[in-house]
Amino acid sequence: MPEPILQLRNVSKSFGGVAANVDVSFDVARGEILGLIGPNGAGKSSLFNSISGAVAPDRGEILLEGRRISGVGAVACTQSGIGRTFQVVRSFDSMTVLENVMVGAFARLRGSHEAMAKARAMLEFCGLEARMDRPAYMLTPPEKRRLEIARALATQPKLLLLDEMLTGLTPTEAQGGVQLIRDVRAQGVTIIMVEHVMEVLLPLIDRAVVLHLGRKLTEGSPAEVVRNPDVIRAYLGDHYAAV
Amino acid sequence: MGDNAILKRRRRELIVGAVLLIVLAVLPLPIESVYLRGLIVLTLLYAGLSQGWNILGGYCGQISLGHALYFGIGAYSSTILYVTLGIPPTLGMFVGGALAALAALLVGWPCFRLSGHYYAIATLVISQMFLLLASNWNFINASMGITIPFRTQSWLDLEFRTAILPFHYVMLAYVAVVWIIAWFIEGSRWGFYWRAVKDDAAAASSLGVRIFSSKMAAAAISGAVTGVGGALYAQYIAFIDPDSVLGLSLSVLIALPAVVGGVGTLWGPLIGAAVLIPVQQLSASWLGGSGDGADLMIYGALIVVLALARPQGLVSLFGIRSQAGGAVVDRA
Repeated sequence: MPEPILQLRNVSKSFGGVAANVDVSFDVARGEILGLIGPNGAGKSSLFNSISGAVAPDRGEILLEGRRISGVGAVACTQSGIGRTFQVVRSFDSMTVLENVMVGAFARLRGSHEAMAKARAMLEFCGLEARMDRPAYMLTPPEKRRLEIARALATQPKLLLLDEMLTGLTPTEAQGGVQLIRDVRAQGVTIIMVEHVMEVLLPLIDRAVVLHLGRKLTEGSPAEVVRNPDVIRAYLGDHYAAV
Repeated sequence: MGDNAILKRRRRELIVGAVLLIVLAVLPLPIESVYLRGLIVLTLLYAGLSQGWNILGGYCGQISLGHALYFGIGAYSSTILYVTLGIPPTLGMFVGGALAALAALLVGWPCFRLSGHYYAIATLVISQMFLLLASNWNFINASMGITIPFRTQSWLDLEFRTAILPFHYVMLAYVAVVWIIAWFIEGSRWGFYWRAVKDDAAAASSLGVRIFSSKMAAAAISGAVTGVGGALYAQYIAFIDPDSVLGLSLSVLIALPAVVGGVGTLWGPLIGAAVLIPVQQLSASWLGGSGDGADLMIYGALIVVLALARPQGLVSLFGIRSQAGGAVVDRA
């Protein structure tokens, strides 16, 4: 088996005595789409913050291509090839759409012209080229999600973390998002996504990791995971697991 | 579209800037009044100072209420070098600028770890502290201030007896240089990073932007520009004391044109200074001196009216995209 692109080993993180993640370990294979699922409060976003370097785990380590990235900080994580989007969209609202994506492109490119060309290409890839010169705050919510992806892709990540990218979208919009995620993967980018919308998520992902109360409950193919009694219990309560 | 729109806008800004430079170069020639010429010189100085403040406060979003500190450091260093050692202010202003940049870094080092309003409060307190120190520091003549003696007419020493016209060109050159610095920053990686820091620090750092060093870089450039302005002011007025170059009211005067004109824009500080400085000076000379503060009331009322009518800054009157203010208002 080839070396996994990302390895989590016993990652734990608490916030003021509340354990957000406890001993979470799993591997992510290069090129796969991994779904990170679990009920509210399961520790998904917290784990994302650890992987993207926004916070440092208290214990355990995270390796990207065999190199330790836990605790090095968000900037170093971006430099080593991790891109992310946020659960609540964070666009740079004083800038145009193109300028937003240029900020990402500057992670690897120094000159404005190169950054501009890269940003343009990413916007075309994400289907936002017609909105290029708009102020970012004028975009519709689904367009803003695309903007976040374009911006993260402009940093040229190997691994992209998508935090509830499809949540709150209409079914049509969500289908557009699914197609975009498939296109991103086709470019060779590995994807980890947190999502609540199971009917959209399950057909899209190769594998799922289920978190519950900060711990890893199980992992496996989408089909295995949804049949797992522990998962059903975590989501729906004991009553349904027994049925 | 896209890159063309940005490049076209930037080229247009350069052309407008060049035209404006020519107009301002000719402007004082037909003006006879010494008072009016002096007013224009002050307006140019504050346009430059405010653009310098804008580099940190507007683009990078770090609101400083202590820029008088950098101004004072520039004014005092260049003046002391000139008066005691005879070093020409054209050289001394760069020493002043460098020391002011250093001061901005020293203030930033602890204070940029503070968020939001705390940075503004910290800068205010620190600059007030130095006002008190300077007022009691005998080496710099404490609160008596320093008078710059006239030696001989010289561009090198920026000494022109009572002539105002040379200072018009000195200040015009100052504004032009500061404006060009801001123009370059807007188009550079730094400018993008600083605006990203202002808009959303968490998103910026997820894209590889170093928040702390971005703020420090903006502070250093902003401080340097302000320090040079202080040195020029000292040569122009030929007298400095702690109250006039380190006071809180100066910090506010430096920030106001950018705020009223449009923060985070190339033209905002210039437009703001062009409106505010004449109004402030004229109302002070017409209504001031009676001791009732009527001039300040009018000045204050004007700022309130402008803030209500044009929350995005006066630049929005010209259909120029206003960055920070625009987005804030439209989001609401």
